[in-house]
Amino acid sequence: MIAALIFYMFAALTVGSAVMVISARNPVNSVLFLILCFFNAAGLFLLLGAEFLAMVLVVVYVGAVAVLFLFVVMMLDINFLKLREGFLQYLPTGAVVGLVLLVELATLFGGWAFAPDVEALVRSPMPPVAEVSNTEALGRLLYTTYAYLFQASGLVLLVAMVGTILLTLRRREGVRKQVIADQVARTAKNSVEIVKVPTGGGI
Amino acid sequence: MVDLLSGLLPAEIWRLVVIVLQILAIVLPLLVAVAYLTYAERKVIGAIQLRKGPNVVGPLGLLQPLADGAKLFLKETILPTGANKVVFLVAPMLTFILALIAWAVIPFDEGWVLADINVGVLYLFAISSLGVYGIIMSGWASNSKYAFLGGLRSAAQMVSYEVSMGLVMISVLISAGSLNLSDIVLRQKETIWYVIPHFPMFIIYVVSILAETNRAPFDLPESESELVAGYNVEYSAMTFALFFLGEYANMILMSGICVVLFLGGWLAVPGLEWLPIPGVIWFALKICAILFIFLWVRATFPRYRYDQLMRLGWKIFLPFSLLWLVLTSGVLVAFGWLPGQG
Repeated sequence: MIAALIFYMFAALTVGSAVMVISARNPVNSVLFLILCFFNAAGLFLLLGAEFLAMVLVVVYVGAVAVLFLFVVMMLDINFLKLREGFLQYLPTGAVVGLVLLVELATLFGGWAFAPDVEALVRSPMPPVAEVSNTEALGRLLYTTYAYLFQASGLVLLVAMVGTILLTLRRREGVRKQVIADQVARTAKNSVEIVKVPTGGGI
Repeated sequence: MVDLLSGLLPAEIWRLVVIVLQILAIVLPLLVAVAYLTYAERKVIGAIQLRKGPNVVGPLGLLQPLADGAKLFLKETILPTGANKVVFLVAPMLTFILALIAWAVIPFDEGWVLADINVGVLYLFAISSLGVYGIIMSGWASNSKYAFLGGLRSAAQMVSYEVSMGLVMISVLISAGSLNLSDIVLRQKETIWYVIPHFPMFIIYVVSILAETNRAPFDLPESESELVAGYNVEYSAMTFALFFLGEYANMILMSGICVVLFLGGWLAVPGLEWLPIPGVIWFALKICAILFIFLWVRATFPRYRYDQLMRLGWKIFLPFSLLWLVLTSGVLVAFGWLPGQG
């Protein structure tokens, strides 16, 4: 009974905050609702017994991705009146995009069926939950059966990272920067020079 | 007595009551600890600077935290014009709540833990990664330049240091072979306190928790010489007090995590097991030792510059902790010390 109530609470909050993400006027509020949405989705994972996924969802999406969203959105300087001005102008385009998505969803759900062996799959989780914890089970699958896919996704992330660094790297001439190696390498010998100054002569 | 009461109430409600009592048993001592941590901070820094510190209210100034609390409680909460009121008020509550709920998985002694979950380390990591929201929300909602700058600084800083903290935790947990905090401590009982094999990681972790809790020398989000008080500049009275309590509770929490991961949690110091000291006291003593480092550092080091802070996090700690992780796994596999392989 209590579990069902908690499920409905999480589910309702997830859907409600998802609606608020697109309907909130202020983009910062949108991102805050998105965070609430992620959080409740993590709660749903917990109810399913998938504690590892729940925690990773919070760590990755709420703790890192959404922080960057919030970071960017807060820096935007948006004039809300201007934002609402073009509403009628963009309405047809938006409506067409929405319609296409709706049709796609309808076809997807129309042709959707459960896999024939789904009952058996659900009944026999691999490996049994009672013996192996959730995290361990995922790790065993990920590093054995799906090791190549796992490595491939790692490579994709690496490429994305290199690309980002390449895009943002720029060399500017004439900018004085702190080079710590140079500072550490300096000794009294090569930085202090004792000069005998003749009176009135200067250096 | 307990049987009598449990007979009167339905089992589920009785369980709920027990959990609430357990939560109170954690939160109340924690709040007292927070109050006296502020006192200890002023006393320690006073001693380091050859001053007396608080000594007027009560004997040795011991009632000073209560006086401070009463003052903050009785003052007026000011809502700045142009502030986003809901977010402005939610932010301090969030900071405070997050600092409290993480304690659910900390083992105080063998079996003394509110929620003995299998993903304890991940839970702590998740909660500490949420801590940034209180600060960034308060910085934005205050509608003030200083607060906003403080919030942005803190967001970048906390996200950066979490990465190396995560890698440090992974090094420890592959040595222990479990994500459960009690198991990590028990594993240290069987083998060795992880501060010895993972000593460089211990150093990185202690420095990272200074950055993660926005404490000196990494207190850039509230550096008073440039940002007045940073993210909490617009806050007064209880809203400010919640930030303050949250920051200090976070310090205690991070020290607690550090003790569990590296200093053997509730275990007695090797060689002193014969002393009749309960585990929870050992745990508290070790936390106090780490907290003393917090205060000592604050009184000793000047504030980092922001680019130096970022350099330290991304260019030194991150590669080094990654290297250490590879090294740890290599050693564990090479010597057959991986937990679970016998």
